[in-house]
Amino acid sequence: MIKFILSRLLTFLPTFFGVTLISFGFIRVLPGDPIIVMAGERGLSEERYNALAAQFGFDRPILTQYWEYLTGVLQGDLGNSFVTKKPVWDEFFALFPATLELSLFAMFFAVAIGLPAGVIAAVNRGKFLDRAFMSTALVGYSMPIFWWALLMIIVFSGYLGITPVSGRISLLYYFDNVTGFMLIDSLLSGQKGAFSSALQHLILPTIVLGTIPLAVIARQTRSAMLEVLSEDYIRTAKAKGLSTTRVNGLHALRNALIPVITVIGLSVGTLLAGAILTETIFSWPGIGKWMVDSIFRRDYPVVQGGLLLIAVFVMVVNLIVDVLYGFINPKIRKS
Amino acid sequence: METVTQKPGWLREFWFYFSENRGAVFGLWIFVIFLIVALGADFIAPYDPVIQYRDNLLQPPAWQEGGSWAFPLGTDVVGRDMLSRLLHGARYSFFVGIVVVVVAASGGIMIGLLAGFAPKWVDTIIMRVMDIVLAFPSLLLALVLVAILGPSLTNAMIAIAIVLQPHYVRLTRASVKSELTKDYVTSAKVVGAGFFRQMFITVLPNCLAPIIVQAALSFSTAILDAAALGFLGMGAQPPTPEWGTMLAEAREFILRAWWVVTFPGLAILITVLAINLMGDGLRDALDPKLKRS
Repeated sequence: MIKFILSRLLTFLPTFFGVTLISFGFIRVLPGDPIIVMAGERGLSEERYNALAAQFGFDRPILTQYWEYLTGVLQGDLGNSFVTKKPVWDEFFALFPATLELSLFAMFFAVAIGLPAGVIAAVNRGKFLDRAFMSTALVGYSMPIFWWALLMIIVFSGYLGITPVSGRISLLYYFDNVTGFMLIDSLLSGQKGAFSSALQHLILPTIVLGTIPLAVIARQTRSAMLEVLSEDYIRTAKAKGLSTTRVNGLHALRNALIPVITVIGLSVGTLLAGAILTETIFSWPGIGKWMVDSIFRRDYPVVQGGLLLIAVFVMVVNLIVDVLYGFINPKIRKS
Repeated sequence: METVTQKPGWLREFWFYFSENRGAVFGLWIFVIFLIVALGADFIAPYDPVIQYRDNLLQPPAWQEGGSWAFPLGTDVVGRDMLSRLLHGARYSFFVGIVVVVVAASGGIMIGLLAGFAPKWVDTIIMRVMDIVLAFPSLLLALVLVAILGPSLTNAMIAIAIVLQPHYVRLTRASVKSELTKDYVTSAKVVGAGFFRQMFITVLPNCLAPIIVQAALSFSTAILDAAALGFLGMGAQPPTPEWGTMLAEAREFILRAWWVVTFPGLAILITVLAINLMGDGLRDALDPKLKRS
């Protein structure tokens, strides 16, 4: 087991350095002189130019620059935002809980509906329910979620007027940021109505972000269940006279869950990509919106640092999923 | 009497399995319609997609009060005919899909073949580089690439092709590795087939099935991602009638004029859905494991 974890770590490290190389290279492959590009249309004096060049280290050899960047990254120094002047590292971790809260809800939504839907479809293979669920799943899988979000706003916020259009909580409430999770903070604040306001703001973004993972999980659960249901031990269990519910629920689902859990773990990247669109549309103050805004503001240290932190986050989650998978399934560990 | 049994041609065999999946055939029909629209948009569309009819701003569709059959699906905020813009939008989406798939697949197949045939250290380097690209969420990487290259439809296509390429590399390499252990490859080597002959004539044709399925899937991903980039203002630029860009322009009118928001998104959804339906059918028809079950 330790050998397995070590081997996974060994493939993790080169990828990590590669990712730092890409984010380091990002600011240097911008067409034209990066400092002039950063300055924008106003232009700048020669003094200021030299000061900036020294500040970013562009006057030193490229390898020295990379070494300094790498040591900075390992110490949590990703430079400061051009716009807010605050450290990129601090900004990322201030906004990250918002994205995490939304992603966790979206994932919960996707699993809570996708898993049972997949099981029901598999058990009713070829029948009406199977076809209905799988067609719906394929529509969800093909959904342009930015359009889906607009439709939801038209229906639920426009015509029905039951959900808010943007933000994390109504402006009526103000309280200290303790955990960064709005639902917990609103409870801690003890203000009447704060929690339900936060919850209402979560509904539409959760549905929008959860739609594609929901479809993927439903499809994956169905095919994993179908595979397991044709195994000999299921026939044995049935032959023993166990009830269908018990066979499907206990014997089959438990084994079908392994590939499903992997899919859930590996969809972190999909969730973060979806968060870019979802957060932009719902003005959700998370890292997705932060990245898009920074790209438009040409706030390059933020784009560079955010890109690196998001990639490392995805890599760490994938590593954990990988190791857990090896833990559950000895076949993977030995290969 | 002697019965002659002939092996059916590969096309007929393929169609036999493909047509068993009714959804796939349905998807194929929609795809053909969209293909015709994309090719013939100039002749089918009633108006020029960028001409503004200033007397008919935000006119609703014909069946709604205030609409007229002159503009069947209504007009947008500067009075352009929605139907004509949607029809021309099909052209952009298909262009994006084809270019991205061709670029990503041809590049990915070459690199994948190289990784499969090359010595271990080259293979390791190639696969590590692909891991690095895959570590970034695809839309984010595409977004940043477009920010570097400058927002335009061409740059969006380049970015999406780069992001999709590693999937082809992995698929090709995996199939090459498993084919290389088989006897027919050894015998080809023994009779003296050269390196490139082994690569392209002996091995590659036997690796194509999963790559074709992947091509269908990335065709739809490319359309979705290009529309998403257009929606974020990083893809095709106005007044191009690209579906994602149309949605971005329509965003502020969502509560006033439902048609400017609904139709472009519906067009994206139907196209992507049709291609995914086809992709499922292709997988069923080409995957030998599923074939006989």
